[in-house]
Amino acid sequence: MMNISLRSMRVWQRNFDVYLVTWKVNFIPPLLEPLLYLFAFGIGLGQLVKDVPYEGVQISYLRFIAPGLIATAVMNHGFFETTYASFVRMYFQKTYDAMLSTPLTIEDVVLAEIVWGATKALFAGCIMFVVTLLFGLLSMPAALWIIPITFLSGLTFSAMGMCFTAFVKNIEMFNFPVFLFITPMFLFSGVFFPLSSLPSWAQAVAWCLPLTFLVSCLRSLALGSFNIAVIWQILVLAVLGFVCALVSLIAMKKRLLK
Amino acid sequence: MDIVIANELVKTFRQVTAVDHISLRVSQQECFGLLGPNGAGKTTTVKMIYCFLEPTSGELIVFGEDALKDPRRIKEGIGVCPQENNLDPDLTVIDNLRVFARYFDITGSKALARCEELLHFVGLYGKRKSAIDELSGGMKRRLIIARSLVNKPRLLILDEPTTGLDPQARHQIWESIISLKKSGTTVLLTTHYMDEAAHLCDRLVIMDKGKIMVSGSPKELIRHHAGSHVIEISLAGEVIESYLKQKGFTFEKTASHIFVYTQKGPEVFSDITHKFGDGGCSLRMANLEDVFLKLTGRELRE
Repeated sequence: MMNISLRSMRVWQRNFDVYLVTWKVNFIPPLLEPLLYLFAFGIGLGQLVKDVPYEGVQISYLRFIAPGLIATAVMNHGFFETTYASFVRMYFQKTYDAMLSTPLTIEDVVLAEIVWGATKALFAGCIMFVVTLLFGLLSMPAALWIIPITFLSGLTFSAMGMCFTAFVKNIEMFNFPVFLFITPMFLFSGVFFPLSSLPSWAQAVAWCLPLTFLVSCLRSLALGSFNIAVIWQILVLAVLGFVCALVSLIAMKKRLLK
Repeated sequence: MDIVIANELVKTFRQVTAVDHISLRVSQQECFGLLGPNGAGKTTTVKMIYCFLEPTSGELIVFGEDALKDPRRIKEGIGVCPQENNLDPDLTVIDNLRVFARYFDITGSKALARCEELLHFVGLYGKRKSAIDELSGGMKRRLIIARSLVNKPRLLILDEPTTGLDPQARHQIWESIISLKKSGTTVLLTTHYMDEAAHLCDRLVIMDKGKIMVSGSPKELIRHHAGSHVIEISLAGEVIESYLKQKGFTFEKTASHIFVYTQKGPEVFSDITHKFGDGGCSLRMANLEDVFLKLTGRELRE
């Protein structure tokens, strides 16, 4: 049923080659982004918000939001790569059509695009990781677990993006998942304030959002506690990623081969 | 040996039957043409042959293997020049070829040597570092042909390779196709330019509405369906028409012209001009376009 081979990585290599050609452009925004966030929220808002209670301890606001910012970067870079960027390659550039006249299969192409999205999420997550580490906001060595998790959750978010790409009619339609899905996650997944400050129904809703799992998991690791909750949060993200990848593979096959 | 064997091939998209029970064989080293108006099902047919689309029903054998069983292996031996330009705009001219070669697992110095050889072949070596946007239409087309050759294909599929090109670029592409054919490549060509088909194809089929109407060599088809000569009469009128009818000539009438198809061109021509004068009458050799229009009709498509 699923015709996937290692040749799939040739598509990943193609994207990486293109990334290297414009590496300066690709590198600067993810580097500046965390600095802007840390400046705005940490220095600006942090003046007003002193300490935040988190799992029984008081931590500085910067320490509180740092893992949330890593999670946000992972979500954005994974999701936007397999939505807008993949759609441009598929729809406007016909790059997929060209690939499909070679021994690559549609499954190879879609899987490689998802893995590439996760790779970009990993790059963005790593840059964010280094910046927050330099600001002394991460507890080593537990925080090192964040790096592999950015890749895994990158897979989840880029697989989700690919699901939308398989269904949208035109590129403007991506405004819907961004407005209805990405923006609410950014605001209500516990990046900026502890979920415990929300009423219980809102907390329940928040725990339906994939970003909530990632923020919570990265926050535990950033603060140096690798607990059982972290494991099941990773599991949830992995299962969700697997399901989305499967759905997008089937839907993309339908879309491209009619 | 037959490179492609199709038996009763059908492709249906929802309610529409794009390809309707066609059967054909492409032999080794020949140039086989698929002709037909827009929407005839040519592209759908070649897309099934290069395993992009799965046939709805029927049998399709490429290189002696069932196209449904192992498309990957079949695709390794095929080069495709698609109708739509799908060069990679994110890569330079030579990187387009190198990255494409890598999809076939051709890498390193072997790939580089092959790409440079191909750029020389299509006359684009001087442009190897250029961006795709900087190329003219003809150059893009030549680059696509070079790209379709990176894997040294046994079967080269050209889907309307010269549509939209100027005569210079067309002739240049024809030269390349002829030299490839000489070196042993089997070519499957779709086109709606009849001169192109007459120039390049050993055998061809004319398709319309998903079906094959006729097949044969260009010469056979012309002889059989249009005769040797065509007389074009631009002063179409009832008098001439009834005269032609009375004489029992085969002819076709459009709003302003009458086309008379005949094996005895000079005789019939002098007969008609003797009667009606030679103003607005001309005698020419029959060509593939006459066959095409006779079989597929003159009304506009799509």
